Amino acid sequence: MPDHVVPKKIYFAIFASLLALTGLTTGMAYVNLGPWNTIVALIIACCKATLVALFFMHLRWSPRVMRVVLLSALLWLAILISLTTTDFFSRDWIPIPEGWESSLLRRENFNRNPRGQPATWREPQSFARNAGRDASTNLEVLTPRAGTSGS
Amino acid sequence: MATAAVDLDTRVHYLNAGYGIKSWLLTTDHKRIAILYMASITFFFLVGGIAAVLIRIHLIEPNGAIFEPGTYNKLFSMHGIFMVFFFMIPSIPAVLGNFLVPMMIGARDLAFPKLNLLSWYIFMVGGCLALYAVIWGGVDTGWTFYTPLSTTYANTNVLSAALGVFVSGFSSILTGLNFVVTIHKMRAPGMTWFRMPLFLWAMYATSIIQILGTPVVAITLVLVALERLFHVGVFDPAVGGDPILFQHLFWFYSHPAVYIMILPSMGVVSELVTCFSKKRIFGYSFIAFSSVAIAVISFLVWGHHMFVSGQSIYAGIVFSALSFLVAIPSAIKVFNWTATLYKGSVSYQAPMLYALGFIGLFTMGGLTGLFLATLATDTHLHDTYFVVGHFHYIMVGGAVMGYLGGIHFWWPKITGRLYPDGWARLAAAIIFIGFNLTFFPQYMVGYLGMPRRYAIYPPEFQVLNVMSSAGASILAVGYAIPLVYLIWSMRYGPVAGPNPWGAKGLEWETPSPPPTENFEEIPVVREEAYAYGE
Amino acid sequence: MADSHAGSALAHQFEDLEQQHDAADLGMWIFLATEVMFFGGLFAGYTIYRNLYEPGFAAGSHMLNVTIGAINTAVLICSSLTMALAVRAAQIGKRSSLLTCLILTIMLGLAFILIKLTLEWRHDYLEGFVPGLNFTFAGPNAKSVELFFCFYFTMTGVHALHMVVGVGVLGVLLAQAWKGRFGPERYNAVETAGLYWHFVDIVWIFLFPLLYLIGGRY
Repeated sequence: MPDHVVPKKIYFAIFASLLALTGLTTGMAYVNLGPWNTIVALIIACCKATLVALFFMHLRWSPRVMRVVLLSALLWLAILISLTTTDFFSRDWIPIPEGWESSLLRRENFNRNPRGQPATWREPQSFARNAGRDASTNLEVLTPRAGTSGS
Repeated sequence: MATAAVDLDTRVHYLNAGYGIKSWLLTTDHKRIAILYMASITFFFLVGGIAAVLIRIHLIEPNGAIFEPGTYNKLFSMHGIFMVFFFMIPSIPAVLGNFLVPMMIGARDLAFPKLNLLSWYIFMVGGCLALYAVIWGGVDTGWTFYTPLSTTYANTNVLSAALGVFVSGFSSILTGLNFVVTIHKMRAPGMTWFRMPLFLWAMYATSIIQILGTPVVAITLVLVALERLFHVGVFDPAVGGDPILFQHLFWFYSHPAVYIMILPSMGVVSELVTCFSKKRIFGYSFIAFSSVAIAVISFLVWGHHMFVSGQSIYAGIVFSALSFLVAIPSAIKVFNWTATLYKGSVSYQAPMLYALGFIGLFTMGGLTGLFLATLATDTHLHDTYFVVGHFHYIMVGGAVMGYLGGIHFWWPKITGRLYPDGWARLAAAIIFIGFNLTFFPQYMVGYLGMPRRYAIYPPEFQVLNVMSSAGASILAVGYAIPLVYLIWSMRYGPVAGPNPWGAKGLEWETPSPPPTENFEEIPVVREEAYAYGE
Repeated sequence: MADSHAGSALAHQFEDLEQQHDAADLGMWIFLATEVMFFGGLFAGYTIYRNLYEPGFAAGSHMLNVTIGAINTAVLICSSLTMALAVRAAQIGKRSSLLTCLILTIMLGLAFILIKLTLEWRHDYLEGFVPGLNFTFAGPNAKSVELFFCFYFTMTGVHALHMVVGVGVLGVLLAQAWKGRFGPERYNAVETAGLYWHFVDIVWIFLFPLLYLIGGRY
């Protein structure tokens, strides 16, 4: 019943590695690597987490199903983060400003149509409907009333 | 007959193994906990149902028959919150799952019985918080709690409602956790994964969703509470936050949540279809893998609730394509059930009527989902009654009918009594008719443009709305009838033997009702599942 | 000897102690999976805003004290070591080691919380960095800095809450260990609590670089 009893020196070795990696990641923050700073920090964090999981949490000696559980959780987290970020980071791929409907609500767009071009306001036309129906299409014939369409 | 009655009275089983309220409220027996859940969710169904009745009466008139728009908002919010979180999500897992998972697997109890009891108490605390929200003035954000209404502008009891949902989420998580560990570690000797009843595969898939999805909505509601209480503005545009982020986080859970509601029902239908065709299920592994596939793919499609929210069109395209993908495993299951019926020796007792109703109505609901998964048509149909019709066909025509079918099927096992099948069949027919009359007009009126969550509507939609309300009254009668005869049967129904339906499965090899430890000795499984006609 | 002990340690639903141990382990790992998703929502929101508002988040991060953060990280790593040693002591039945290691773990956990409260959060409060309470930063990117601090306090707050719960659980285990409850056939509770404790440490291992070390300190 008792599973593998881990020798103390393995625990101390992992402990020392974790402290060393913490020092490393803190030190690396003071080195200018540009965009790689974040990546390096995350890689070191992943290494530390892996050490804790494998040795302190006994994953190295546990049945495979525990590893599947942990990896599934990480995969699901990756799904959450990646699909959500595809939304936020593809928003400005569209030539029309993001959320074109809402962009029309901005004050500077009050007089623009959805394509961003200046809109011209015209009075709505009114039509007379007493000219009967067109013989071929059976649609009502509408004639604009005089003086009703604005410029 | 006389000896059977004497057996029921003198034999010790889980129902008479202890008397008094403490033996029920402090029980760790999974079967008693299932009964506790059954009573609780029935109560919450009534709460949500009363809201539904009021909504339908109000919508008889285009200008609203009874309520102010603000009150109407509170009613549909109450209906959604109670029906989704306090009835549908726990229904089959917590009632039928709790009762049957250990029995179907050949174990004496679940892996963590005390955690199971804790799960019920957590559920009740959550329910009471939500009830508090409703009694002390209601909440009007809808069950979806969209920001910034919920965080900034609503004057209603958002916090207690959100807290109630948050707390009950942990009940869901613990139930799922219990099932997964039980199915992994406590199967009887000879019960390989592919000899398990399909109900267990469905419960396993459901549990995966509960475990991985619910925590996300939990943290989202925490963030809403923090923003509402302390103005920690994670979704607040004033500091650069984005309300769409709330929608992403919310729907990441709430879409898989709808599969929590349907997968267990599908599991029940698999059991019913085999038993009442007296035939081995067609395509066992297809159905098993489809259950897991549905659970996995369901996490990839949440953006289809957000096509017109301001989400990027490219994300919308991706989500739309994935939403088509998720329909495939469901369709596979429907084909397999139909193939099971073919050339089977079909009998039409009440559980089978519910199963057949499920297959038809779920198919209709699922097909209308494809209209909504298509970006172009969804632009017109989003937030109309078409959506309302779609999800009610799946949740009520599908999941609730599966739940009722399961309750009727396993009722003899749970209570040791038979219910009157004539009344049951009549109720099933009334439910079917009432359901279609209620929700089919909603497809039509939604397609014509009637928005959802509006307290008033244009007069030209009145005929369809009145039809829907009339159907709702028939549906209500249909739901009331089982309540009466099932309770009646507990005292006056004929005593049931161990296997009144002649079904296959370990749970049918125990007496009805089962003893507290389920099995005198743990059975050894030697045959495949659904070994009918062998 | 083995039978009577096993009889009291074995719950009625299990066939043998190995099944019980495996079930407890699997149960805790599944619970940790839910915790990954719980914190995951916060990490998701953080990732998005961090990429949208890089200058503001870097500015906010620079106002945190890296030294204290690093010391806290070291404190938690030490507590993970003592927790692992406590589980080992329970496995081999050495009550005195178990008690010592549990006490050390609890003290280190309390030290972490104390450092956070007194040296970090109190300082942030006095400087006016707490959104919703007294946020008064008025430099460039003020809004993004406020958003950063929303995440900082929420993430470290939820983490600290988990630490407090962990310390409470360890306290209960300490009381039970004092009464001699744990031994080679009954150490599941210590092991599962250990898993939880290590997980809380792992969350901090990610929180530290993401909150304190953004944008470099050069």
